Amino acid sequence: MIALLIRDLRLATRAGGGFGLGVAFFLILSALVPFGVGPDRATLAPVAPGILWVGALLACLLSLDRIFALDHEDGSLDLLATAPLPLEAAVAIKALAHWITTGLPLVVSAPLFGILLQLPVQAMPWLVASLALGTPALSMLGAFGAAITVGLRRGGLLLSLLVLPLYIPTLIFGAEITRRGAEGMATATPLMFLAGITLGVLALIPFAAAAALRVNLR
Amino acid sequence: MTLLTVQDLAVARGGLRTVEGVTFDLEAGQALILRGPNGVGKTTLLRTVAGLQAPVAGRIAMPEDCLAYAAHADGLKPALTAAENLTFWAQVFGGGGTDAALAAMDLTALAHRPAAALSAGQKRRLGLARLLVTGRPLWVLDEPTVSLDAASVARFAEVLGAHLGQGGAALIATHIDLGLPQARVLDLTPFRARPGSAPATRASGFNEAFA
Repeated sequence: MIALLIRDLRLATRAGGGFGLGVAFFLILSALVPFGVGPDRATLAPVAPGILWVGALLACLLSLDRIFALDHEDGSLDLLATAPLPLEAAVAIKALAHWITTGLPLVVSAPLFGILLQLPVQAMPWLVASLALGTPALSMLGAFGAAITVGLRRGGLLLSLLVLPLYIPTLIFGAEITRRGAEGMATATPLMFLAGITLGVLALIPFAAAAALRVNLR
Repeated sequence: MTLLTVQDLAVARGGLRTVEGVTFDLEAGQALILRGPNGVGKTTLLRTVAGLQAPVAGRIAMPEDCLAYAAHADGLKPALTAAENLTFWAQVFGGGGTDAALAAMDLTALAHRPAAALSAGQKRRLGLARLLVTGRPLWVLDEPTVSLDAASVARFAEVLGAHLGQGGAALIATHIDLGLPQARVLDLTPFRARPGSAPATRASGFNEAFA
């Protein structure tokens, strides 16, 4: 399992691996919004939590189709399915690798982009906390969508349509945590909900994704 | 020791039966070569034996953790070097002997080249070297000699012979003669599914995903 994680991370950081793509997209979005909406604090600060979260979501979506499609094209998915590693574990590891290469850089760099969007300083810890809690669910749900669309050429659009509705609860509670943090309100309730969603997704989705993969490999 | 028993097996591709009534078994040290015209169902049969799809009818039995499958695609990552590709599969299968496998397929000099820079034949040799590092006794090979030159085919036959000599077994779909004296040949043409032996039309509500 460690071998698969190391291989995926190594592939992501080599040429053409797409590491940093998500952060670059996040940067572009956060840099452009002030131009579109106007740079003053009164207009930007209220929408900042929502924009940051939507940006994180779309950045995550960018690299989803790579999770299984590349392995399917070069035949390694067939070989992985016949390897002693359970397919459920392979799904979980590949989602983890996706999170490390996409979600984790977003979590780390989010405060910087928060500054671009005039997010109040007291909201920064909540932004980081909500992204740290929420993005693992985004990667795992994305792995599920990628498993469903694995055999399709140009399945990226279908993947987005399948996955985005599943992202909505995470988006709602994640943005709510940040908004409440910015206004100095209590954040415990949305934090609990977000954590619950993420834990449920992490526990159940590997099985669903592995089942979808088995069907698609036939 | 019997490594693989196949009884009265029928397999289907796209919901339609390709071959049916196939029965054979493989003891340690034996090789079975599947022949038959294109589309008769050799690949489908091998994928079924490898567990990638369920048989329509019949039984497949083998000891646990004994099979290594090599498909048309080699499963190589172009961005990784030959040695890294092989080491990954060795770790996944809990096997070892990466250097020996590279040497056996004459790839030692290319070990640190990225797989993207290898030729088609070299990639195939690397894909076959993967079988050696799995440590599995039963090899299921789908057209293993595609894009290999004559010398490489002879080298692969040597490796295969050594594997059989060590108590391994192999199930191979191929069109060429590998020069293995101990190999039996099974022609799949007589087992081609006859229309009428199975429902010719799909039942209404047929869905391959839930077949």
